Amino acid sequence: MTMSSALDITRAANPPRSVFTDFPLGHTAGKPFDRRLQREIMIETLSAFETIQTPGSIKMLPFEWSADHSWKHAGAGEGDNRTERTAEPQYQTEDDKAAASEGKLAEECIVCSNWSADSDARRSTG
Amino acid sequence: MAEAPVEYIKSITRQYAKLGYKPYGWVYNTDTPPWQPLRKPLAQSRVALIASGGIYRRGQVAFHFKDDTSLRLIPTDVRTEELRTSHFAYDQTDARKDPNVVFPIDTLRGLVQEGFIGGLTEHAFTFMGGIYSSRRVAEELAPAITARLKDERADLALLVPV
Repeated sequence: MTMSSALDITRAANPPRSVFTDFPLGHTAGKPFDRRLQREIMIETLSAFETIQTPGSIKMLPFEWSADHSWKHAGAGEGDNRTERTAEPQYQTEDDKAAASEGKLAEECIVCSNWSADSDARRSTG
Repeated sequence: MAEAPVEYIKSITRQYAKLGYKPYGWVYNTDTPPWQPLRKPLAQSRVALIASGGIYRRGQVAFHFKDDTSLRLIPTDVRTEELRTSHFAYDQTDARKDPNVVFPIDTLRGLVQEGFIGGLTEHAFTFMGGIYSSRRVAEELAPAITARLKDERADLALLVPV
């Protein structure tokens, strides 16, 4: 089951079963700290495992982000506001970086070979 | 009155053209998707959470933003306070306050307690979905995830993109 807040992209990717919630990106599973809404969205989502019978179906969930739809127009037509793409791990905090350098959780990082290969390549070329 | 969903493909295509970028290679899967009927009722099923919002656990290596196809295994009994995000293509403000908006771990744990689902796999699986090579997703990332799902005997896979 794929949860989605981008209907056209999900239609293009065409997964076997999906649910769509019309929320701003970054809120696929609900609003922050709204436990009741998060639970309702998840119950609708999981229930779709039992109700969707046709491959490629998208169940439209009934939740609304807000009464006004101004969020749908925010950011449209602006420049590129994404962070620069580098092969350096991007930690949320400096403290996380220090915690990761202890290496205790390295076994939980799978297929990291491309990460170290990129780092090595960068180092070797200066 | 409801307004139509945002057309992201159209607006991103327009934005790329305006910025002089090479057009983004959207994936269009036109074949009928693969289908696996449910084998058990929800209340007996083990659910695997798979999220692409760049979630990692404090102590793990964070994601980088240059076609990072690596995968993190996050124990599903993780303390929510230990969860972090690193992703370049969505606003992480709310996800960093409450990771459940992109990684519904407390939501799912609650539904296990209620008996709505049977349980969760030992780990959740996370990656940073801003990968521009769909070939590498198909050849590196997806097989790594499916192998783990089999190892951890998942009955249902729940994918949460951003």
